[in-house]
Amino acid sequence: MSALLSIKGMTHFFGGLKAVSNFSYDIPEGVIYGLIGPNGSGKTTTFNLITGIYSPTEGKVFFKDKDITAAKPYKIVQSGIARTFQNLRIFSSLTALDNIKIAKHFGSKSGLISSVLRLPSFMNEEKAIKKESLELLDLMHLSHRAKESAKNLPYGELRRLEIARALATRPQLLLLDEPAAGMNPKEVDELMSLITHIRKEFKVTVFLIEHHMQVVMGICEYIKVIDFGETIAEGRPEAVAKEPKVLEAYLGKRGV
Amino acid sequence: MKQLKLPKLLIFALIFYSAIQILYGTEILNGYILHIINQSLIYVILAVSLNLINGITGQFSLGHMGFAGVGAYVSGTISTLVFKINPSSPNGMLIFIFAIIVGGLAAAVVGFLIGFPSLRLKGDYLAIVTLGFGEIIRTVFNNIDYVGGPRGLLGIPKFSNFTTIIVAAFITLVVIRNLVESSHGRAMLAVRENELAAELVGVNTTRYKVMAFVIGAFFAGIAGGLFAHLLQMAHPTQFGFIKSVEVLIMIYAGGVGSITGSTIAAFALTFLSEGLRIGIRAIADATGLPIGGEWRMVVYSLLLIFIMLFKTEGLMGTKEAKLIRLKEVQ
Repeated sequence: MSALLSIKGMTHFFGGLKAVSNFSYDIPEGVIYGLIGPNGSGKTTTFNLITGIYSPTEGKVFFKDKDITAAKPYKIVQSGIARTFQNLRIFSSLTALDNIKIAKHFGSKSGLISSVLRLPSFMNEEKAIKKESLELLDLMHLSHRAKESAKNLPYGELRRLEIARALATRPQLLLLDEPAAGMNPKEVDELMSLITHIRKEFKVTVFLIEHHMQVVMGICEYIKVIDFGETIAEGRPEAVAKEPKVLEAYLGKRGV
Repeated sequence: MKQLKLPKLLIFALIFYSAIQILYGTEILNGYILHIINQSLIYVILAVSLNLINGITGQFSLGHMGFAGVGAYVSGTISTLVFKINPSSPNGMLIFIFAIIVGGLAAAVVGFLIGFPSLRLKGDYLAIVTLGFGEIIRTVFNNIDYVGGPRGLLGIPKFSNFTTIIVAAFITLVVIRNLVESSHGRAMLAVRENELAAELVGVNTTRYKVMAFVIGAFFAGIAGGLFAHLLQMAHPTQFGFIKSVEVLIMIYAGGVGSITGSTIAAFALTFLSEGLRIGIRAIADATGLPIGGEWRMVVYSLLLIFIMLFKTEGLMGTKEAKLIRLKEVQ
């Protein structure tokens, strides 16, 4: 079986600093895949390389067997990869609803002329966009916030709004950059059931970066642990949790 | 049977148009006031189109009047030098409309040529490029003898009148408003809000920046053409940096991102600037103080400073009047 996302020998330097070193991995379709590692270990850089924000110094990225290495970010999104950000990037002075509608942009077919003249085809499309966007808000328990300016939303809701916005692009692969960051335990529980629900509902493969061990161990089916840009362990959660190298990276060496 | 309902903005425009025509016909309004109204309406076109670039798409352009200059000179050349029309020539009006549209298109082409390479720059850098562009345009006109060089292009027929100008302003308002409330407009707003996030929800940010620039330049070109056919001349100094700043001030005073704000500010500031001219002259006459008309700019500037101090987000913020807003899609 070929993988949905396949990274081959990816290396990235920031000047003299090797942020990512010779990464190779395959993410099969349908899994929830977790990437963990201490701060500065190259996790977010990996996401930035996949989504085309940086182009890798070496190596290739394949999505659905197509080479997407260093393609334009918007093209990568349009091919079916969506992401969220560790430090939220919300369109903050727009409403929650508009945040979602924007992400429906590239699916829309109305040209400039029919938009300006508000032809029936355009109006129908607008209706459909609004309906689907409201459904997504509903799924994320944000319906009551639709007309609210995004900057007024509390942090946990913004995290969910960003996930909803990513889903609005109809991705096959969803990259979540620390989705549980800054959430309280109750919100974390909700988030976990939400992620598993999303996977089922949208048939989307999830690739997530997380510090929160509860989330990683709770929902990921496969985990990769990296430190200083190198892979130190990978496999099923139960197995990885027992790796001495992982314990060392997170807790320090025993008996020093 | 469904009743035909006119959009409220159209009704408002028709009422405004008839009222001014009646007032002017009965000589309650004199030609001078009508002239200022015409100028205000042209400034509405300039301010709303600049707002599409600066307010909606969040790019900082300082050369808007440069595009107006292109429109003014191109349309003026067509009507004055090529077709040599005057208001009594047969098909004069058609040729005038043709000239205005070609002027707008020429400005749009220039907008594309400037925008495509320079819109990868951000913030201050883009401002400097557009500033430079405005000055280049001015200098180019200053040095082409065919269009009058430093004397300017004179003898342009007076085709712009209240009717043609209000139609153009109305079309500009509707087109830009409808554009903003479409998926294209939302893409432009996304560029303003967070360019990286826009790109990562699938918006081709370069394309939308260029598109805003080109559409903005088109309408600026139309406004320039109308100006030339109102003042019956096009002069390089009309399209310099200071004039671009005047339009910029309008969108900031009205509220960046608000079409309503730009419209109100275009009227208010044009009238204020003219009103101060009269007011200061009256004060000088009454008191015998040696203050000339140039003092109006001091007062005008002070007023602007106060607006910015006490209402930083401008008159309207990013809000729109009910009249301008479209009915929500259900």
